[in-house]
Amino acid sequence: MSSPERDRVRDRRHLHPAAWWLWALSLAAAAVRTTNPLLLLLIIAVAGYVVAARRGDAPWARSYSAFLSLGAAVIVIRLVLVGLTGRRLPGRELFSLPSVELPDWAAGAAVGGPVTLELLAGAFYESLQFTALLACFGAANALASPYRLLRCLPAAVYEAGVAVAVALSFAPQAMVSVGQVRAARRLRGRPTRGVRGVRSLAVPVLEGALQRSIDLAASMDARGYGRRRAVTPGLRRATAACTLGGLLATCVGIYAVLDPTTPRALGLPALGAGSALLAAGLLAGGRRTARTRYRPDRWQGRECLVALSGAVTLAVLVIADRRGLVALDPSTQPLVMPTLPPLPAVGIGVALLPALLAPLPPVANPAPVRRMRTAVAA
Amino acid sequence: MIVFEGMSVTYPDATAATLRDVSLTVARGELCLVTGESGSGKSTLLRTVNGLVPHFSGGLLTGRVLVDGRDTRTHPPRELADVVGFVGQDPEAGFVADTVEDELAYGMESIGVAPDVMRRRVEETLDLLGLVDLRHRALRSLSGGEQQRVAIGSVLTTHPSVLVLDEPTSALDPPAAEEVLAVLVRLVHDLGLTVLLAEHRLERVVQYADRVLHLPGHGDPFLDGTAAEVMALSTVVPPVVELGRLAGWAPLPTSVRDARRAAPDLHARLTTAPGSRSDAAAGVSADVTATTRKLCASYAGVTALRGVDLTLRAGEICALMGRNGAGKSTVLAHLAGLREPTSGEVRVGGIPPATRSLRSARQISRVVGLVPQDPGTLLYATSVAEECRDADRESDLPAGSTAAVLDRLAGEIDAGAHPFDLSEGERLRVALAVVLAPGPRLVLLDEPTRGLDYAAKARLADVLRELTARGASVLLATHDVELVAEVAHRVVVLADGEVVTDGPVTEVLTHSPAFAPQVAKVLAPGLWLTVGDVERALVGAP
Repeated sequence: MSSPERDRVRDRRHLHPAAWWLWALSLAAAAVRTTNPLLLLLIIAVAGYVVAARRGDAPWARSYSAFLSLGAAVIVIRLVLVGLTGRRLPGRELFSLPSVELPDWAAGAAVGGPVTLELLAGAFYESLQFTALLACFGAANALASPYRLLRCLPAAVYEAGVAVAVALSFAPQAMVSVGQVRAARRLRGRPTRGVRGVRSLAVPVLEGALQRSIDLAASMDARGYGRRRAVTPGLRRATAACTLGGLLATCVGIYAVLDPTTPRALGLPALGAGSALLAAGLLAGGRRTARTRYRPDRWQGRECLVALSGAVTLAVLVIADRRGLVALDPSTQPLVMPTLPPLPAVGIGVALLPALLAPLPPVANPAPVRRMRTAVAA
Repeated sequence: MIVFEGMSVTYPDATAATLRDVSLTVARGELCLVTGESGSGKSTLLRTVNGLVPHFSGGLLTGRVLVDGRDTRTHPPRELADVVGFVGQDPEAGFVADTVEDELAYGMESIGVAPDVMRRRVEETLDLLGLVDLRHRALRSLSGGEQQRVAIGSVLTTHPSVLVLDEPTSALDPPAAEEVLAVLVRLVHDLGLTVLLAEHRLERVVQYADRVLHLPGHGDPFLDGTAAEVMALSTVVPPVVELGRLAGWAPLPTSVRDARRAAPDLHARLTTAPGSRSDAAAGVSADVTATTRKLCASYAGVTALRGVDLTLRAGEICALMGRNGAGKSTVLAHLAGLREPTSGEVRVGGIPPATRSLRSARQISRVVGLVPQDPGTLLYATSVAEECRDADRESDLPAGSTAAVLDRLAGEIDAGAHPFDLSEGERLRVALAVVLAPGPRLVLLDEPTRGLDYAAKARLADVLRELTARGASVLLATHDVELVAEVAHRVVVLADGEVVTDGPVTEVLTHSPAFAPQVAKVLAPGLWLTVGDVERALVGAP
């Protein structure tokens, strides 16, 4: 192995999960600024490329393609629905569906009728935007596991977070059990579909899931989940007061900011004070748990660069939007061919940099090491 | 270290106490083995040590349990996490984190160990348990033995003074079990850890135990003493002890090594006795029940089988052995028609079993019966009785046939009980009854002795012999060499998806140190496999 290559192997580490999430959220926020299908496809491609270049080999690293398939399904469903019930405006008619007369109270809605290219294009742009959001979310999941992100939570809410993570793992585990139980059903020569099939499938799957949750809860309890450190009654009261007061002040602040009739002097100060109180409450609450962190992810230069690249993309798109760049939202009525505006395209290209800047994740399985056990047989 | 003072446990809705008036003290640094038949309260006893009973399970605990001076009445499990490390029956069910390293750190994070100390302990534990290569691996991708070692490691990092393990080797192949036990013994010797462990497979652990507690069940008073003392009176004993009883050795040996030193006399008696198992192949006919030819299988990019040739004959019990992940379950899945081969062919009764249509799936299900590793997946009714009725109806059997098979297998199972409330061994027997009732010609069993005590294993062996006497073939994927020695005619060893050995049971088991049953080890180089063989030979000898 050459020496630069060895250096790179040694340099392998997980990027701080918050950096990936910031990058992905910036990219998603950028996608909200445009309905140009070319830019949106570019965002999806950029997210996909970075995932392919920098994901680990853990199970959740495959979630990008799952989110992408979900996005594709959204597009198809939306096109079908719009084709059936969309608002009928003049345009180039592709084909016509038999229309249904609706009663007066449903005025404005339509079922069937001519399906125009403009109608479908508008629906496609919108659903593609949603798919781009899903892709960004999927990229964040693939690059940084939600479990790792959870570990960055403040101590006071960490345990609630673990509970959420465990709850989220229910779905994939249930899918595994469904597979097992269906196989077992087949073994008994029993139907796996239909009402009886579903019943005979659901009972063992749900029971199995429940059993597993109980086992897991027992194990977590036995390993010290939810241990509390003894604190003075004063601190406990202070924590409760801070949290409650903070929540109240935040509510008042939000109401004041959103309602223009309240005095301006109330809004932002109340919001600020509420947030400060909440932060103090979290901090004080954190002192009740004895929890420590094993190898917390550190925020280093690479993290800044990754987060920054996302921020640049977002900034470029926001500026272009403020300037009123028409190419960001190509018209569908009348339908014009969307063009690729150069500046936003370059801006999105910046988000590609983490594919080079971020460190490679550690290899889970350095080499297929097979432990030699006792010779199997003579 | 652990003090039980007049402790009794009664579960809610139970008519009788599971444990009654337990008073004993486990000293620091003792390796204490808990034995007993299925359902005798072993798990309950273990779970009282860190307060999971009654804080988690419910039920009534009277008397008290003190661990390192802490009373479990006032300390829930989480407050005992730094003193007691608890590893449950299924290690995978207890994993909280994603990767090995995070899992090892989880307990320490919970009890608030300083970060630099955590770092050091994780590294030490990785070395101690030989997990360095696996540190970044996802927990679900590990083999059974690796998972068990991670589970032990994850409770060791908090430096508990007591380690409680519920059947730590039941899911492991013999070499992996040796590995785990070697680690435990080392921990007891080096760190002075107190270990309390329950295990059905006494042949694996009894020689390491300083002390044995035998629970007779039904809340009756338990036996307590050194391994030799308890084994002399116990109803569940490993083959080596049975051999010792038969030969009249005193003191009773508990390890193969002790037995071998006492064996010369028995050797002399056996040399004059007629041969060991000349009748190994008796009853096996020439009729072929199932074959695989050049069977290859791969899924998710992993090659599981590489050209497996296997022929099963009517009346034959064939054991399929090999380490965890060698492809045993995959072979069974193909024979049962759950998978289609990537290449090669599978024939059961002359037809390929992998079929899509339900009608032919039903036909296949009468010819082939598979009991999967987790037998609970086969069951879905809300009571044992309903399960039996359903099975009769689905297979067009006269009412009561499945229940009759179950009676023969199990003896006393509460027909009103929910399948999920049964012990693992009982659930297996219900699943077996459901599979065996239609009288399949090919019976496939995946790891059938997990959680079975010796009595239940003997009953299982009887049932298997009866099946073959009626002309069925049995293929048994298992790690349990003693069961194989008891029932099998032929052993096939798989490694890395290939057949490495295929031969008569006597030959295969006596030639391999990893797979030799205890009697074979004691009486080597003689070709004796089971106590039964020796007994018959002695009766026949002049």
